[in-house]
Amino acid sequence: MSADTPVARPTLAVWKFASCDGCQLSLLDLEPELLAITRAVQIAHFTEMTRAHVEGPYDVSLVEGSITTEADVARILEVREQSRYLITIGACAATGGVQALRNFVEPGTYPAMVYAHPEYLRALDTSTPVSAHVVVDYELRGCPIDRFQLLEVILALLSHRRPIVATHSVCQECKARGTVCLAVSGESACLGPVTRAGCNALCPSVGRGCFGCFGPSEGANVGSLMQWLRSHGHADVTLARLLQTFNAAAPAFREVATNLVATKVTLVAQPLMRKERS
Amino acid sequence: MSVGASVVLRVDDLATLITRLSELGYEVKGPVVRAGAIVSGALSGVGDLPKGVHDEQGPGEYRIAHGDDDHLFDWAVGPSGWKPEFFPPHDELWRARVGDGHVELVEIPDEPRPLAVVGARPCEAAALGVLDRVFIDGAHRDTRYVERRENAFVAVVECSSPAATCFCDSMSSGPNIEVGFDLALTELDDDDGHRFLARVGSVRALAALEGVAFVLASAVDFSARDAVLEGARRRMVRHLDVDGLAGVLARNLEHPRWAEVAERCLSCGNCTLVCPTCFCSDVRDATDLDGDVVRQRTWSSCFSVDHSYLHGGAVRPTTQSRYRQWMTHKLSSWWDQFDTTGCVGCGRCVAWCPVGIDLTEEAAAIVRFDGVTSVTRPSVRSHL
Ligand code: SF4
Ligand code: SF4
Ligand code: SF4
Ligand code: SF4
Repeated sequence: MSADTPVARPTLAVWKFASCDGCQLSLLDLEPELLAITRAVQIAHFTEMTRAHVEGPYDVSLVEGSITTEADVARILEVREQSRYLITIGACAATGGVQALRNFVEPGTYPAMVYAHPEYLRALDTSTPVSAHVVVDYELRGCPIDRFQLLEVILALLSHRRPIVATHSVCQECKARGTVCLAVSGESACLGPVTRAGCNALCPSVGRGCFGCFGPSEGANVGSLMQWLRSHGHADVTLARLLQTFNAAAPAFREVATNLVATKVTLVAQPLMRKERS
Repeated sequence: MSVGASVVLRVDDLATLITRLSELGYEVKGPVVRAGAIVSGALSGVGDLPKGVHDEQGPGEYRIAHGDDDHLFDWAVGPSGWKPEFFPPHDELWRARVGDGHVELVEIPDEPRPLAVVGARPCEAAALGVLDRVFIDGAHRDTRYVERRENAFVAVVECSSPAATCFCDSMSSGPNIEVGFDLALTELDDDDGHRFLARVGSVRALAALEGVAFVLASAVDFSARDAVLEGARRRMVRHLDVDGLAGVLARNLEHPRWAEVAERCLSCGNCTLVCPTCFCSDVRDATDLDGDVVRQRTWSSCFSVDHSYLHGGAVRPTTQSRYRQWMTHKLSSWWDQFDTTGCVGCGRCVAWCPVGIDLTEEAAAIVRFDGVTSVTRPSVRSHL
């Protein structure tokens, strides 16, 4: 489109639920592309970038975060109603995020450990993905998302095509970039074979096993990988913790992790520090 | 001297050869140690080669160790191989500029420097021969592949130290090499010293040897080579009985073993991407913020669900169907398609499978119980 013909740009709104803002900041991290993006779409609501607000409805809503309060439950319905396409961004929105660890324990366990006056909190007992509440048109995974995947989804929307977003394993990205496999060479346990690609195998490329932040890959056979790692000297509790991080509530991870440890409460409570307050 | 001649090179002469190749305009690459493995990398001299480095491999396991010997090639293939040099993981083929009412196609040029590989293993050279059938001899020539291959110089080093995962002897693709090289080296170390028997396989190799000091090889050097190869064969612990295997696999598509291996298989695709003959790719059109279209070709794997996506869904939706596709293609239908094996016995898929699934063991299990089926519906290829 040429610069002097005014064309109605699609509107894009960014909404936050229970999250850390890291995923929506990925949009700002697209520094070299940002100006071109704002020429292609109208940023209608994005509080990390501007106070300006355009009333809905919106062509595209990017939704970050999980649903953890009564207010969230009402607001996500509103966002859905106002949006032609609703795209969730990040692990929190896709599977409930790290805060979904609360789903595994007695309600109130964590607030009692963390807050001096938990009775002031008004939160649900669970952290649930956006898709548990409304129809989601597309999910971008990751903690945080990969900014190039975000750009790809925006570009795909602009040209009415299917986004090029892989659903296979992280291993395929390791192989494409020539990273020597950490698991096979004995460097580290790695969730890559059961985790969805999208990060360009970032952690393995710097010598850290994949933490599974993009959640399960298509048809992930988590049980088989865990069995192999157990027989290679990794403790059950370590393996369960590996699965119970960013996507703890993703069914493929959750099921295997809970089978690995008999006492779920001890497992998730251990790594937390009890805050001493008076 | 002519093609077919054999000479002896000392380690210093090998160094001269590397310099000479680079003077001839080649980008010289070979085996180097990186991140705890022997991988392909740039060679500026003999000093970059894995001197005294040895490997231990098994299903799902790979380790290297440093010894105090000065052998340069006492190891078997690592994870990377030479396939990516000729068939890169990601390639951009052309760009289309979309203007007012017209589309302009711009080819994205591919102008790599000619490549010289010093230190490919016999199975890797055999694998390039298999890839040639796919990309050069088939109905659809891949012009980029053709150009890269035709310009490349390949010096192969025969194997003295197969890993526990190697089974090239079963596939007739190693530990020796007789055809398909520019230069074939055998590392020798006996009473006559540390040296290489070098067999000249092309006119290009004659040019590369100009200015390199060498002596003609004698019968002593050839019997030293025989001893090295015999030792290598003796040490090879993994085997695959290929006699009749293609047919056995083709008539056992409903064998219960496929379901058993699927319980372990992660469908991660590592086996296909480390395999030096797997050639599958995805071709997609991406768009950018200027509205341009870029046609991209990237590696793909039959272990990805998308790979068999046709209108309405995937043809191979289960891990069982995908593992079966992989193994029957490598060892059976490859013959129908390309009149050659799809497996050269390099053992990479065995070593680099994160749960140690062993192709040779899986194939043997099906052979052992040939005809054992839990058939609920007739196999599509039951006539075979
Ligand atoms: S390092 Fe991890 S992600 Fe990479 S290939 Fe190995 S197992 Fe897969
Ligand atoms: S199938 Fe396995 S052993 Fe055979 S060539 Fe491929 S990676 Fe090597
Ligand atoms: S498979 Fe054969 S040719 Fe290949 S590295 Fe092993 S011994 Fe060498
Ligand atoms: S056989 Fe091994 S490497 Fe291949 S897809 Fe299955 S788990 Fe991955």
